[in-house]
Amino acid sequence: KESKRAVNSILVDDDDDEEEEDGVERVSWSGEPVGSISWSVKETASSIRSGSEQSFPKIDTTPSLSKQGSGYSLSSLFKGDLYDLSPEETVRRMQKGRAFSLEKFRSLQDKLLLLDEAVAVYDGNLITAVLIYLKKSLSKEILFRELMARDVALRHYVHYLKEMGEQKLLVELMKALGRTEDMALMQYKEHLNIKDEGQRRDFLKSCLGLPFSQDDATHVQDHYTLLERQIIIEADAEIFKKFPRKASILNMPIITTLYYSCFYHYGESEGTYSSPENIRKTFRISEKQYILTALGARAKLKSWFDVDSLFNTKNWLGYTKKRSPIGFHRVVDILQKNSAPVNVLQEYVNLIDSPELKLSVALKYKCHDIVINTYRDLKDRQELVVYREKLERDSPEYRKIQELLNNVQIRWKN
Amino acid sequence: MASHLFCGRVNLNILREAARKDLREFLDKCSGSKAIVWDEYLTGPFGLIAQYSLLKEHEVEKMFTLKGGRIPSAAVKNIVFFVRPRLELMDIIAENVASEDKLHPRDFHILFVPRRSLLCEQRLKEKGVLNSFTNIDEYILDLIPYDGDLLSMESESSFRECYLESDQTSLYHAAKGLMTLQALYGTIPQIFGKGECARHVANMMLRMKREFAGSHTQILPVFDTLLLLDRNVDLLTPLATQLTYEGLIDEIFSITNGYVKLPPEKFAQKKQGEGGKDLPTEPKKLQLNSAEELYAEIRDKNFNAVGAALSKKAKVISAAFEERHNAKTVGEIKQFVSQLPHMQAARSSLANHTSIAELIKDITTSEDFFDSLTVEQEFMTGVDTDKVSTYIEDCVAQKDPLIKILRLVCMQSVCNNGLKQKVLDFYKREILQTYGYKHILTLKNLEKVGLLKPQSTMRNNYPTIRKTLKLWMEDTNEQNPNDISYVYSGYAPLSVRLTQVLARPGWRSIEEVLKMLPGPHFEERQQVPTGLHKKRNKPVILVKSA
Repeated sequence: KESKRAVNSILVDDDDDEEEEDGVERVSWSGEPVGSISWSVKETASSIRSGSEQSFPKIDTTPSLSKQGSGYSLSSLFKGDLYDLSPEETVRRMQKGRAFSLEKFRSLQDKLLLLDEAVAVYDGNLITAVLIYLKKSLSKEILFRELMARDVALRHYVHYLKEMGEQKLLVELMKALGRTEDMALMQYKEHLNIKDEGQRRDFLKSCLGLPFSQDDATHVQDHYTLLERQIIIEADAEIFKKFPRKASILNMPIITTLYYSCFYHYGESEGTYSSPENIRKTFRISEKQYILTALGARAKLKSWFDVDSLFNTKNWLGYTKKRSPIGFHRVVDILQKNSAPVNVLQEYVNLIDSPELKLSVALKYKCHDIVINTYRDLKDRQELVVYREKLERDSPEYRKIQELLNNVQIRWKN
Repeated sequence: MASHLFCGRVNLNILREAARKDLREFLDKCSGSKAIVWDEYLTGPFGLIAQYSLLKEHEVEKMFTLKGGRIPSAAVKNIVFFVRPRLELMDIIAENVASEDKLHPRDFHILFVPRRSLLCEQRLKEKGVLNSFTNIDEYILDLIPYDGDLLSMESESSFRECYLESDQTSLYHAAKGLMTLQALYGTIPQIFGKGECARHVANMMLRMKREFAGSHTQILPVFDTLLLLDRNVDLLTPLATQLTYEGLIDEIFSITNGYVKLPPEKFAQKKQGEGGKDLPTEPKKLQLNSAEELYAEIRDKNFNAVGAALSKKAKVISAAFEERHNAKTVGEIKQFVSQLPHMQAARSSLANHTSIAELIKDITTSEDFFDSLTVEQEFMTGVDTDKVSTYIEDCVAQKDPLIKILRLVCMQSVCNNGLKQKVLDFYKREILQTYGYKHILTLKNLEKVGLLKPQSTMRNNYPTIRKTLKLWMEDTNEQNPNDISYVYSGYAPLSVRLTQVLARPGWRSIEEVLKMLPGPHFEERQQVPTGLHKKRNKPVILVKSA
C-alpha cells in the first residue's frame, strides 16, 4: 500500500496543480504550461554552453577514435581483437560499457594485474566483475591469500558475497582473515531470518560455541536461554488456558518478559521458569530494573498490597522499613498513572525525602493531608489560607485547615 | 520551470533541465506506448526532476510498482523498468519477464539509475532473461537539485556503506556527480578537503579529469572552491535535535524528498453545515521548498522566532485584504482583483504554517522535550560526560523509542571521545535487556563507525576543538541571529565552522585543531583555462559531505 501511494503520488501532484484545491499556489515544476512562449524563452536563455547541447556527459557507446588517447593502442582497435588487450585496456572497455573478455587472462600474474587495474579506477562494479571471474578461475586458497594483501578488493569481495547470500564462503573467508568475532556476529545475525521460534532457538544454540567476544558470548547465551524459556512458558499458558493469548512473549526482550511474568505469574516459586524470581536470578536483572518492572505490573493490576511489599525491607533492628532504589516520586508517578486511590498515593508521597519535592508532588496530585501537614510544619499560615480556598467547604480537609488556623498555640510565621 | 531553483546564487535549473532532457531521450528510444515499473526507492528522487506530465508527453500511460509475480495487464507496447542496480531487484525483474503472457508479449527495457551494473546484467543472464531486453541504459542521476542552494544525492545508505561495510561505490558516484557539475558550471579552481573519503573523492576527480584531458570547457567557473568533508569529521551535529522551523518539522514528522506528511485533523477544512464528521483520514501531504514565500522566510529561523514572524505576516495579509475598501476607481478595483490569487495563496500558506507551528509547539513545550534538550546541551558543553546519565536511564526504563536513546548515548560518547568502560557497559546492558539481545549487532555497528565506543588512551580533544572553533556560544540570539549557533540555540555545527574558517582567514590558522579531527586534510588546484579565472569578493563555496 505504501508503495502504491508513492507511485500514485506522482499522479496526484499533477491533479493538484490543476485544481489548486485550497488556494495554495502549489509549487509545481511546470509553472509555465509546457510549450508556452515564456517556457521556451527560458529554455533557450538557460543554455549557457555556446553551441553545445545541455546533457550529461554520457558514456559513449558508439566507437569513436577521437576521444581518450591514453591506454589505447590503435592497432588493437583496428583489429577489433578483444584478445590482445592489456589489463588497462580491458578495464577501459569495461568502463565504457563495451564488449570485453576476461578469459584471456590466464596466468595468476595477469589476473592480479587486472584486479589491481580495476581497483585503481575505483569503480565498484568493475572490481566486482573481475572478482567474479577470479572466483571461478582461482582456487579458494589462492584467492583468499591474494585478497588479504589487497584491502579494497577484499572489501568488495565481502560485499559481493553478502549480497549473493554466500554465507558459507563468507564465514570461511572471515576465518581465514582471523576476523573471528566478525564472523561469529555475522552468523548470529542470520537468526533474524528464521521465523519459526523452535528453529530459531535451535539455531541460537548452534551459535553458542562461536568465537564471540566475552561480553557478546554472554549475551548470545542469554538470548538462547530466554527464547528457550519463552517457548516453554507460552506452551504452558496454552495448555492451561489461564491467560489471554494476545500477550505473546516470544522474541520479546527480557524486561518485557519479566513484566509479563510479574503480571501473570507473580508469587510463583523460584523453581518454575515463569516465576519473576527465577527470571530475575537467571538473567541477572538489577534490583532497580526488577522493582520498576514489578511495580509497573502490579500497579496495573491495582494490587496495592503487592506494591507495598516491594519496598519493605527489614533494617538491622528487625523493623520493617520502606526503601526504594528509585526515588519515591517516581513510584508515585507510576502509581498515579495507574489510577491509584489517593490514600495509597499519599503513603508514598510521604516517603519522599526532599521536602520541596514532596510538597510539589503532593500539590500536583492533590494529596491534601500532606500539603496541609507540610504547611503546618512550616508554620506557613498564608499558604494554608490560599490552599483552603481550593477545597470544598464541608470536606474534612477544609475543616482540618479551619481547626489549625483557629489553634492559638501555633506560632505562625506569617 | 522550477522557480525554487533560481533563488540561490547558482542557477541550478540548468542541472535539472539537463536531467529532464536525458530522461526524455530515453523514453523516446522505447518508442510507442509504455508502462513504467518503478523501483519505489526512486520515485522520490525522480519526483524532484520530473512529474507525471512529462512522462505522459512521452507516451507513458501506466505506472506500476516493482514487485514479484506478473506485471498487471496493460495495453501498452513497452514495459520499462526504472531500477537501482541491485541484485535482489534483478530477481524480481526476471520473475516479471518470465511470467509474461506469451500470446501478447510486450517489449522490455531497463533504465538503471544511476548506473549500469555488470553484476546485475550478469544476474539477468543467469536467469535467462537478459536477451529479452531491447534497451538497457543508464540514467545518471547523481546530484539532484533540491532547492536553490542545495543539491542532494539522496543516497541514504552511503554512510553505512562507506564506514561500516567499507564499500566506497557511493564515493565513486559522488565524484562522477561532481564531474558532471563541472561540465555544466565550469572547472572548480580550488579543492579543499578533510577526511579519508574526501581524499578518495578528490583523487578520483583528478584522475577523471586527466582521462578526459581533451575536453576543456569554455565556461566561466561558477564555483570558486569545493570543500569535501567526511561525515565522521563532524558526527555530533546530526545527533543533536534540530531547532529551526524546518529542522523541527523533520525531527517530528520527517521530510522526505521535499515532502512532509502531517496529521490531517488540524488541516481539515471547516465547511459550513458539516459537523466535522467527514474528517479526512489520509495524512496531509505538503511540499516544502523556497518557492513558497512564507516558508522561505521562516524555514531557517530558530523556532522561537517563528511565532513573531507569523503574526507579522498575518497583519500584512489582513492589511492587504482591507485594501478592498480603498479601491474606488475601476482601475483600482481591477488591480485589487488581479492581486487576489496571490493574496489568497499567501493566506492559505499562512494557515498551513500556523497549524504546523502549533503542532510543533505542543511538542517543544512538553517537559520531556525540555529535559532532553537540557541533557543534550550539557553533553555539548562537557558537563558530566563521564557518568551515567540518569535521564537516559529513566528514558530506557520508560521504554522510549530506541533511536532517542541511541542518539543521546552516542552524543555523550562523541563529546567525551568515548565512554568510560563502566558507563558503556551499563548503557549496553540496559539497552540489550530492554530492547532485545539482537541489538548486540546494533551496538557493534555503532562502535565500528565511531559513534559509541570505549574511551581510548588518547585524551579527549573535544573541549579544545570546542574552544578553538567556538562551537558553543553562550549568548546566542535566537530572534536576530548574527551567528550560526542560533540553529541549535547555542551550538554551532562543526562542519559549518570549518567552512567559515576556510573562507576567512583560511585553514592555516587552525592547523592544530584540524590534526585532531579524523583523516587527512588537503588542498588541490585545478587548471582553469586562462582568462576565465575571476576572483570574487564573496566566494561561492560548494560543500560536499559524505
